[in-house]
Amino acid sequence: MKDVITLHINGDEVEVGVPTHFTLLETLRYALGLTGSKQGCDKGDCGACTVLLDGRPHLACIMPVYEAIGRQITTVEGLAERRVPHPLQDAFDLCGAAQCGFCTPGILCSAYGLLAENPDPSRDEIRQALSGNLCRCTGYTKIFEAVEIAAESLRTGTDPRDIVAERYDLAFPSSSMRPAEHTAGSSTGASHA
Amino acid sequence: MRNEDLLPLQEVTADEPERLREVAEAEYRTIGGRNRSTDGLFKSTGKAVYTDDITFPGMLHAKILRSTEPHARILSIDPTKALALPGVYDVITGKELPTPYGIIPWTPDEHALALEKVRFVGDAVACVAAIDEETATAALELIEVVYEPLPYYLDPQEALAEEAAENPIHEPRKPGHNGNVLKRVQLEFGPVDEKMAKADVLVQGEYFFHGTTHTPIEPHCAISRMNQNGLLEVWSATQVPHYLHREIARVLGLDVAKVRVVQPAVGGAFGGKSEPFDLEFCVALLAVRTGRPVKILYTREEVFYSHRGRHPMKMTYRVGASRDGRILAVDAKTILDGGAYASFGLVTTYYSGQLLTAPYEIDSYRFDSTRVYTNKAPCGPKRGHGSVQPRFAFEISLDKVAEELDLDPIEFRRGVFMGTGRTVNEFRVRSNGFLECLESVESESGWKDKFRKMGYGRGIGVAGSCYISGTNYPIYPNPMPQAAVQVQVERSGRVTVLHGASEIGQGSDSTMAYIACEELGVPLDYVRVFSADTDLVPVDLGAYSSRETVMVGNACVMACRQIGEQVRGSVASEWGIESSQVRLAGGWAFDSADPASPERRMPIAQAFQLAEAGYGTLGAVGHYNTPKEGVHGEYRGGTIGASPAYSFTAHVAEVEVDPESGFVEVKTIWVAHDCGRALNPMLVEGQIEGSAYMGCAEAILEEQTYKTGEHQGALHDAPSLLDYRIPTSLDCPEFVPLIVESIDPEGPYGAKEAGEGPLHPSLPAIANAIYDAIGIRIDSLPFTPDRVWRAIREAEAAKSAAEVA
Repeated sequence: MKDVITLHINGDEVEVGVPTHFTLLETLRYALGLTGSKQGCDKGDCGACTVLLDGRPHLACIMPVYEAIGRQITTVEGLAERRVPHPLQDAFDLCGAAQCGFCTPGILCSAYGLLAENPDPSRDEIRQALSGNLCRCTGYTKIFEAVEIAAESLRTGTDPRDIVAERYDLAFPSSSMRPAEHTAGSSTGASHA
Repeated sequence: MRNEDLLPLQEVTADEPERLREVAEAEYRTIGGRNRSTDGLFKSTGKAVYTDDITFPGMLHAKILRSTEPHARILSIDPTKALALPGVYDVITGKELPTPYGIIPWTPDEHALALEKVRFVGDAVACVAAIDEETATAALELIEVVYEPLPYYLDPQEALAEEAAENPIHEPRKPGHNGNVLKRVQLEFGPVDEKMAKADVLVQGEYFFHGTTHTPIEPHCAISRMNQNGLLEVWSATQVPHYLHREIARVLGLDVAKVRVVQPAVGGAFGGKSEPFDLEFCVALLAVRTGRPVKILYTREEVFYSHRGRHPMKMTYRVGASRDGRILAVDAKTILDGGAYASFGLVTTYYSGQLLTAPYEIDSYRFDSTRVYTNKAPCGPKRGHGSVQPRFAFEISLDKVAEELDLDPIEFRRGVFMGTGRTVNEFRVRSNGFLECLESVESESGWKDKFRKMGYGRGIGVAGSCYISGTNYPIYPNPMPQAAVQVQVERSGRVTVLHGASEIGQGSDSTMAYIACEELGVPLDYVRVFSADTDLVPVDLGAYSSRETVMVGNACVMACRQIGEQVRGSVASEWGIESSQVRLAGGWAFDSADPASPERRMPIAQAFQLAEAGYGTLGAVGHYNTPKEGVHGEYRGGTIGASPAYSFTAHVAEVEVDPESGFVEVKTIWVAHDCGRALNPMLVEGQIEGSAYMGCAEAILEEQTYKTGEHQGALHDAPSLLDYRIPTSLDCPEFVPLIVESIDPEGPYGAKEAGEGPLHPSLPAIANAIYDAIGIRIDSLPFTPDRVWRAIREAEAAKSAAEVA
């Protein structure tokens, strides 16, 4: 049996037809093609499916889709503003916090929820906030570091790239770590030779 | 949106010209930097595409019916009712895929779907393709299977018993043998008995490793599509696309040139996706038969039953040492509990002995390893394949020897350091940073102030290890390259690297990009990397045995250098200087003798254009094959465990043990790892931390066990992420990664592996720390509260009994 429902996802209002037994995760992934949210266990154990509902982290794989009606749903695809990655997303790359990347979308949503409530969390508070998200690659250290850098970036308005470059005293900050201050077509533009 | 709004994103990523002097003075521009990965932002923005993220129009979903019996003959399978269910398209059983397969060509003992027998609870029996997952699942219930149960064996000792040979799990490969034995390896190097007799100190112990599984967060998934032109495509969450490519073709009876295997982004593997699995053959055959794309996504429970995780091992070790601290003899006897199929087991059996000897000077060594089939999920390679278990036994043995000799265990290990040269089993070691590793963990951990000084309940322990950077020989013998890379350079400045390595989160795509940047002088965002698609890239054997950095890295260097020479030559003749003087770096070609000269500097794209004008379209191939002369002994089995380069690791672990509850809290693990050269220290740290995390979890939390009760025999004890306890962010100690660079002559820029070696010492270092904390040796894993509590009670009881006596 199918039903047509209206959801509010990443700022869009969408109408979608779903089998009545679908979870929010199945709706996102298989009915709407928003595959950023992952399924790791399908029973609420691993946290890979974590999305934000009205700004707070929820497990989409054990939530009947009806529960999400009327709420603001934010997935990993909705964290970035236009094309600029959210500081959390950038910090995850800059710190090597995403190895296989499969737990990353869920962890980002949990971390986003944490920083919304607590802009300057201690490492223990970060540990606590992420304890429902299993990561099998990193041992979590680089994830904690990335969340700390993102928090600092959000608090101070500093680009996460600058925080990383300073923290590690990088002699040659990697090419793409350079703050975005030049424009295309300037005299050093190699691609315009 | 106005155009100007977009401009800040069009970053200029070439180095500022005024910095070229610094660039010229640095040995490397990209190598050794904490650079971004090529795929990190794709992953963190949800754009990376994993196998289950792929959908095709008209795609069917399939489900596999799994055995409920641990060991049984299949008398009949009747799919009639399932086929009658609306929405069901097809049902296949073993007779449709009768060709046996196995990752090791000498032991093909698996079928995609069981033919005559099932051998463990979870063995695949039939597969249904239907319009959706719900219909396929419902249809499984309608397939009628009649089993004739056979005696089953959960313990290797039972499988080795004489009566078990009458109903073996597999038919013996030689008549008269017990079919339950896959392989026995006995090797001896030097006169072990003679040396042992001369030992001043002899330590003997029984050790047990319990069995653990990989638990990638992404479940296995595969999709197949048959095209009108006769091309069969398979997308799979695999770490060995090349082997899968061969096996799909062989088992389905297809021309391998008409099969394409694509590996999308993989959500963790750790060795658990390094051989073909039932689902890949099932989707392929169902796609052929139905003409529709077909997908299978494992449930989490199926991931646990497909397993291929670390073998349980029972290990008996005798280590003899002289009063002056030399290791005179090591004698090891090991039983490997293999589960129902061979998997990599032939290699595991060798590895359980062959990988142990470095980094120590050992006068004589003997091992006797036997891998036994049991009616459980098959064991295979997990990060640190075959050598994590013996390393646990051996490094505890060394701790005991040091204590007998009244030596600090770090001091003792220093004294038996082998340096470079030959191991006792004749492997050639050309770089060895183990001493620096020991020194690093000793000073960083404050060892001297802590060892035997922390008081009851708090302790510190050390352990060392060695691992391979790829195996010297491919799984199927052939003289062709083990790795290959194609590089294209386009006049815009864009560089494309096509390589076969499997990116599974370890960073092989990024590593190839860094090499291309270093050799061709482009900024990182000018490089595109395409990998692991058998229609696009040259053959690579896959992500196993920590082979990608050394092998594919060397191939990439070779390809890039050919183009680099052309580019430098073209620029040099333009400027009338020697081509060796031209440096390509940071987005520029410039005169390294005069980096400030604006006349002798051009954007790299312009340099590529000069070269293209001179040489035609720019492109090159590179390959790598391992050195074959003088790298291992000339004895049977001497090639197994041989590697072009070996990595070394030392750990110090600090623990707190609560004697009331038996709870072990690992506080900190200091890990020093000799990775040759860190091509990106951030990625190396990530591998070190992830390895230590995984080893630590195996020591204190994880356990793959089976129910033994009469009516639940052979069921997995904990096939969920709630019950099989992998660490959360609250369970992890602090990890302190310490990088040691020994610069190996064989590796690209001197690099060796970093992804598996740093796991090994976690377990024995924690065991040795527990002994330092409470004075009790616990030689069986894991160190869960119940076991530790019991060990403490037993020790107390023994002590008071001794006092009474």
